[in-house]
Amino acid sequence: MAGTVSTLAYVAKPRQRRSLGDPWWVRAALIGTSLLFVAVFVVAPLAVVFTEALRKGWQAYFAAFADSDARAAIRLTLLAAGIAVPLNLVFGLAASWAIAKFEFRGKALLITLIELPFAVSPVIAGLVYVLLFGAQGWLGPYLDTGNHPWLGPWINAHDLQIIFAVPGIVLATVFVTFPFVARELIPLMQAQGRDEELAALTLGATGWQTFCRITLPNVKWGLFYGVVLCNARAMGEFGAVSVLSGHIRGETNTIPLHVEILYNEYNLQAAFAVASLLTLLALVTLVLKNLVEWRHRRVLEAAAAAELRQFAT
Amino acid sequence: MPARPHRNVLPGFGLSLGFTLAYLGVIVLIPLVALFARAAGLSWHDFLAAVWSPRVVASYELTFGASFLAALFNVPFGVMLAWVLVRYEFPGRKVVDALVDLPFALPTAVAGIALTAIYAKNGWFGQWLEPLGIKVAYTSLGVWVALTFIGLPFVVRTVQPVLEELEPELEEAAATLGATRGQAFRRIILPALRPAILTGFALAFARAVGEYGSVIFIAGNRPMHTEITPLLIVTKLEQYDYRGATALAAVMLLGSFGLLLLVQLVQRHYARPGRA
Amino acid sequence: MSIEVRNVSKHFGAFTALGGVSLKVETGRLTALLGPSGSGKTTLLRIIAGLEFPDPAADPGAGQVLFHGEDVSQVSAGKRGVGFVFQHYALFKHMTVAENIAFGLTVRPRRLRPARPEIARRVNELLRLVQLEKLGGRLPDQLSGGQRQRVALARALAMEPKVLLLDEPFGALDAQVRKEMRSWLRSLHERLHVTTVFVTHDQEEALELADEVVVMNRAKIEQVGTPQEVYDRPVSPFVIEFLGNVNRLAAGSGKLRPPDADVLYVRPHDVDLQRGPGSTHSLRARVLHVFSAGSYGRVTLERLDNGEHFEAEVARDRLRELDLQQGEEVAAMFRHVRLFPRGQFYEADVRDGRLTEASSDAAPTHGAGEHI
Repeated sequence: MAGTVSTLAYVAKPRQRRSLGDPWWVRAALIGTSLLFVAVFVVAPLAVVFTEALRKGWQAYFAAFADSDARAAIRLTLLAAGIAVPLNLVFGLAASWAIAKFEFRGKALLITLIELPFAVSPVIAGLVYVLLFGAQGWLGPYLDTGNHPWLGPWINAHDLQIIFAVPGIVLATVFVTFPFVARELIPLMQAQGRDEELAALTLGATGWQTFCRITLPNVKWGLFYGVVLCNARAMGEFGAVSVLSGHIRGETNTIPLHVEILYNEYNLQAAFAVASLLTLLALVTLVLKNLVEWRHRRVLEAAAAAELRQFAT
Repeated sequence: MPARPHRNVLPGFGLSLGFTLAYLGVIVLIPLVALFARAAGLSWHDFLAAVWSPRVVASYELTFGASFLAALFNVPFGVMLAWVLVRYEFPGRKVVDALVDLPFALPTAVAGIALTAIYAKNGWFGQWLEPLGIKVAYTSLGVWVALTFIGLPFVVRTVQPVLEELEPELEEAAATLGATRGQAFRRIILPALRPAILTGFALAFARAVGEYGSVIFIAGNRPMHTEITPLLIVTKLEQYDYRGATALAAVMLLGSFGLLLLVQLVQRHYARPGRA
Repeated sequence: MSIEVRNVSKHFGAFTALGGVSLKVETGRLTALLGPSGSGKTTLLRIIAGLEFPDPAADPGAGQVLFHGEDVSQVSAGKRGVGFVFQHYALFKHMTVAENIAFGLTVRPRRLRPARPEIARRVNELLRLVQLEKLGGRLPDQLSGGQRQRVALARALAMEPKVLLLDEPFGALDAQVRKEMRSWLRSLHERLHVTTVFVTHDQEEALELADEVVVMNRAKIEQVGTPQEVYDRPVSPFVIEFLGNVNRLAAGSGKLRPPDADVLYVRPHDVDLQRGPGSTHSLRARVLHVFSAGSYGRVTLERLDNGEHFEAEVARDRLRELDLQQGEEVAAMFRHVRLFPRGQFYEADVRDGRLTEASSDAAPTHGAGEHI
């Protein structure tokens, strides 16, 4: 449901910060209340993660990662994100190219459908795959080796289990991070229009040359942020993965699931230590987002400055 | 050679749209259709039993009630935050601006354990609140806190761009016409922000309704009291009650899609030509 | 290379952008497509470039674009060998000026691609041609509008196109740069002699720059001719109203009664003012306002018979001589009047009251002399 949030296509104009004669006490009260609100609801949770993680010192902090189960969880998370992010990256590029550069019927519907996973509870995202691939699911019987004389041996040989296993975790991750890259790219490409691509074509470039040398460089920062956000969400996904994971330590646990297990075992320090890893990832994501926005704004301001120069001369 | 009926100058339309539709279908649409097909296969009696038992109804009340109140709480604070970020210059403004996105980037499980730690009896806030008789952790108030956290970016990020685009000339014009600052805000600024506020509210609400990770740690999960509907789905699933889980999921999905539709209707209503 | 467009139509949904347009552009000409927005001029240009494709036509000859007599209708934009300059230039933002200009050469298949030093040499040559020698390393964002325009032109010229197409080439420039660019483009064309077509909605630009002007309106071509032809012998009310200032006066009242026409057109500079009663062919009018700054004096008048307002352009000396006062009554004489009854074109010399029907080649046909 993050539809309208955190998209880079909107770049603020060089701002005019006019308080328009708000009296100082109004400003002070509004700023004060806002800061308090952010402190209570955002800064406090952030701070508590690191405080709790370091409660027993650095040694205990690093010990939390020395655990083989923790390492297995990190490996699995990297694997799931390593598959989900490239898939959704390719999808995002294809979808934004089709939607931003061409006119066709049902485009609005397609955009809505792409954003659909935002509106689906992560728990339900997990559930749908259980229903599809589970023993009683639509595709479940096809996965049951007994039902399939010719596929059975192959499935057996490859030990193919989807739900409560790694493939299910990957699928859930793909589903919940499905819209992120597309969501960043579509408005960006739409804003840039088609003229540069058409210019490249009139200059004799092929479709691939145009895409690689004109389109991609133009959206690289938005693409970069989309991938970073997609990755952060892939690594941090909890609900959907929880439903599809077998919760087997060292085998089907991702980092967030490992945090849950540690927390439920009252091993708070270790839980927060592992959680701090994901928190750092979130913070890096925010920093990159602002860097990217800053870059976009700089390009825009350079354009505005050039226009000013033109009027001055 | 007759011209083909339709020709695109830019290449790759068929390939990119084809891949988009295929991927969308496999990853999103087929699974969702499967869910509704399964739900439709249930008998009316089974369906009703799954989605209208007292325990389930209690979970609806909590889920939708707390989500609604959390989104509502985020409206004034979100607008205020957006206002402060757009209109005022103060040290740390950029940091605050960046932090607004944190609930969006922070994994929900991390948010859940962090909030629980803060509001637990011996936590940073809990130790002060409990003596006052305010229990947050493991109560419905805790659910509200988690959902407020989750919904925080939505109102801010929908209102902020509108506020940035709003011409200061409008307010200056109002001032030259004798309006006070309060009147200018109520009669000029607020109406301009209304669609963004409604959209932000609905997005925050819809996101909160489906939220799972951040809530289950702080809720306590006592049936009839602090059990949210998504948790109930997981519980049913763990008990191999696939029918119950499916029915409940179908109801929740319809609720979410209804909210999404509402957002679209709001945006279409305000985008209608001839509307200021 | 000559360009020919045969009976081309283009619809966007229910909107008709081009309704069966045919046009021939001779080799080496500088041609302007002139018309108001929505007249189809840009669509026509893009169809010539291969950036749009015409609606499929039933007739085998219709819906075709020919370059030098060869059908290129199915040839893609990149293979037509056209240089296209976009309205907002469409410079590649992430590439330097030099990289932009070199782009068309660097995307060629390896065996057709010039060697690196050769590309550099060509780029320098083009930079010199567009007078941007020192700016090859800049990014487009660091250039002024006029400079960007020239980069776009150099980029298009780098491919040595046989046809140069420009979409509103001066539309995004401010007034002064626009004038400079206009004469610069004219001199460039005189040096290169590439067949050039440009789109504009500015009649002054079209008349001043082009060898030939194609006036378009509502998806159709209204008139094709040299600037002088379309200005002096407009074939339709649209053309006369679109090109230059013109007074549109009701006919049929008073002494002005041409055959079948209810409207007559007079250019302000064809209006002569006199004190006194005037002749039988003149019109009584009251002076409303005299504006005398500039090379010509402009007088706003009100017809006494029906209250219509019209303008006269009078040389400054004459204006001084007349010394008109506000509210004064004068006699207005029209040197040339244009009427368009039933699609025909008449020209009237009011001094002797003769009305001549003119065919499109402007030869006076049967002397339909008549007093108006």
